Amino acid sequence: MKILVCVSKAPDTTSKITFTNNNTSFDEAGVNFIVNPYDEWYALVRALELKEAQGGNVTVLSVGGADYEQIIRKALAIGADDAVRIDAPESDALSVSTHIANYAKDKGFDLILCGKETINYNGSVVPGMVAELLDMPLVALAAKLDVANGVATCEREVTGGMEVLEVNLPAVISAAKGMAEQRIPNMRGIMAARTKALEVVAVENGASSTSVNNYEMPPAKSACKFVDPANAAELITLLHQEAKVI
Amino acid sequence: MKTIVFAEHLNGKFTKSSLEAVSYASAWSASAGGTCIAVTYGNIDASVLGTAGASEVWKMDALSSADGDQVTKLMLAAQKESGANAIVLSHDLVGKSVAPRLSVRLNAGLVSGATAIPAGNTVKKNVFSGKAIAHVTVNSELSIVTVLPNSYGVNTSGTACPVNAFSAEVGSARVRVKEVRVEESESIPLPEADKVVSAGRGMKGPENWGMIEELAKELNAATACSRPVSDIGWRPHHEHVGQTGIAIRPNLYIAVGISGAIQHLAGVNGSKVIVVINKDPEAPFFKAADYGIVGDAFEVVPQLIAAAKAFNATK
Repeated sequence: MKILVCVSKAPDTTSKITFTNNNTSFDEAGVNFIVNPYDEWYALVRALELKEAQGGNVTVLSVGGADYEQIIRKALAIGADDAVRIDAPESDALSVSTHIANYAKDKGFDLILCGKETINYNGSVVPGMVAELLDMPLVALAAKLDVANGVATCEREVTGGMEVLEVNLPAVISAAKGMAEQRIPNMRGIMAARTKALEVVAVENGASSTSVNNYEMPPAKSACKFVDPANAAELITLLHQEAKVI
Repeated sequence: MKTIVFAEHLNGKFTKSSLEAVSYASAWSASAGGTCIAVTYGNIDASVLGTAGASEVWKMDALSSADGDQVTKLMLAAQKESGANAIVLSHDLVGKSVAPRLSVRLNAGLVSGATAIPAGNTVKKNVFSGKAIAHVTVNSELSIVTVLPNSYGVNTSGTACPVNAFSAEVGSARVRVKEVRVEESESIPLPEADKVVSAGRGMKGPENWGMIEELAKELNAATACSRPVSDIGWRPHHEHVGQTGIAIRPNLYIAVGISGAIQHLAGVNGSKVIVVINKDPEAPFFKAADYGIVGDAFEVVPQLIAAAKAFNATK
C-alpha cells in the first residue's frame, strides 16, 4: 500500500502567541516549531502501523520553505520511508491543497492521510480540497482506520454515538484523536532519518483565494470572583442570579 | 445579496449547528438587504427553518441520505439556480466535508469556523486554537463561510417559510454508512452542550467520577476531561477537551481539579462563563476563570450537588 501523509508545521502547543508588523503576521521569534500534532500523532503513526502490518511505503509531504526540513526530519525519524517538500509558501488552504494534489495525482497513492486540522490555523479545509482536486472520496475526522482488500473502514464520532463508514481506495482521510497513539522517535530512527530521501520540488506559487488581513487577541477576562469553599452553595446562586447561565 | 445555507438533520430534527448556520446566513443576507434560502433533503418538515430566519427552503425529497459528494452537488445546483453570492454551512462534519469541495469547484474563497457575520468581505475566525482571532479576507466574487458551532445563537423569531421542491443530479454516495452505534447513555453530547462539567487529575482516579457525573446531571450538563485523564484511560478520548482534543464553547464550563495548562485553555477559552475549582490557589486556570473556589474537590463538589438539587427543586 502506498500512503501519503501530509504534514504541516505548527508552533509548540505551549507557545505564547504574539503578532508583529502591526498585527499582520505571527511573531516566530523564540517559538519552537513541531509537526502539527494531528498530522504526527494520528495520521503518520496510523500510516506506519498499516505499513508495518500490510507492507508498503509511507511518504510524508509538506508544502513550505527550507525551515520545514526540521519537522520533515522528525517525521522521518518516527518512521516515514521518504519525504517530499514542495518549495512554496503556505499562502492559504487552496494553494497548499493544489500543490499537494499536483504532486500526488500521478503517483498512485492508495491513501492520503492528513490531520483533521492544524493547531495554528484550525481550518479543516485542506483534506476536502485535496479530495476534490483528485476526485477522491473523503472521510473527515476519522477516529479509527482499518484497510482491507482495497476498502478503508473508518469510525468517527457523531452526535450521540459512533458512525462506521466504508470507502473504496484511493481515498483521502483526515485523522482525529483516537486513530493512533503518539510515537517518540528513538536514536536509531533519528540517525536513519538523516540519510533518508527528502525530495525538494520546485513549483510556481499556486493561486490563493483568501488572505489574512490582520490578527487580534481575544478580549481579556475580568478578574476571577472567589467563592468561600465552606459556602460553595453560593456559586449556584451566582451562576443563576449574576451570570444567568443556569 | 443572496445566501444559500445547507441544513442537516438527524433523527427527524435539524441539528443545532445547522440552525445556527441558517440564523447566521439569514442575518448576513439581511444585513446586506438580501434573502436567504435554506437547502435540505429528505423526509422532514423544513418550514421550521423559517423560524431560524430562512426566507424559503429548497428541499430535495428524493434524497434520503447524502454523503459529502452528494451534498456538494446539491449545493452546486442550488447555487447555480439561485445565483447566490454566498454559501454558508456549519463547521461540523458535513461542512468540513462539503465546503472545501465547493470552494474548489466554484473558485470561491472559503473561511472556515467563522465566529461573526462578515464585515464586507472580511470574516472573523479563531486561530491558534482560540488563542487569537484572525480577520480573513475573501478574494473572490463568491464567498463560502462555515460557522463555528456554539458561536452564533439560533434565531427563533422568524416565521414558518415556504418549502419548495428542488432536485439536482447528485450521483451516488462514495462514502457508505455501515452502522451507527448509538451510545446507550443519557449524557448530553459534548460538542453541542450548553453546559459542561469537566474534571482532571485532581480527581485522583476514575472511581471518583461519580460526583462529577452527578453534578453534571443536576446542571443538565455534559461531562468532559483534561488530556492526562483521557491519556491514562480514566475517561474516554471523546471527552478530552483542549488543543489536541476537541474545542468547545459552552455557556458554562466548570473545571474541577484541572490546573489549566495552556493547551487545555485553548480548547475551552471560548466558553462564556468559566468556573474553576482547585485546591491550588496558584493554578493558572484561575486567571482565565470568572468564578473560582480554592478548595478540595471532594468537599466542594458534594456541596454544589446539594445546592444544585435545592435550586432545581425551586424551579
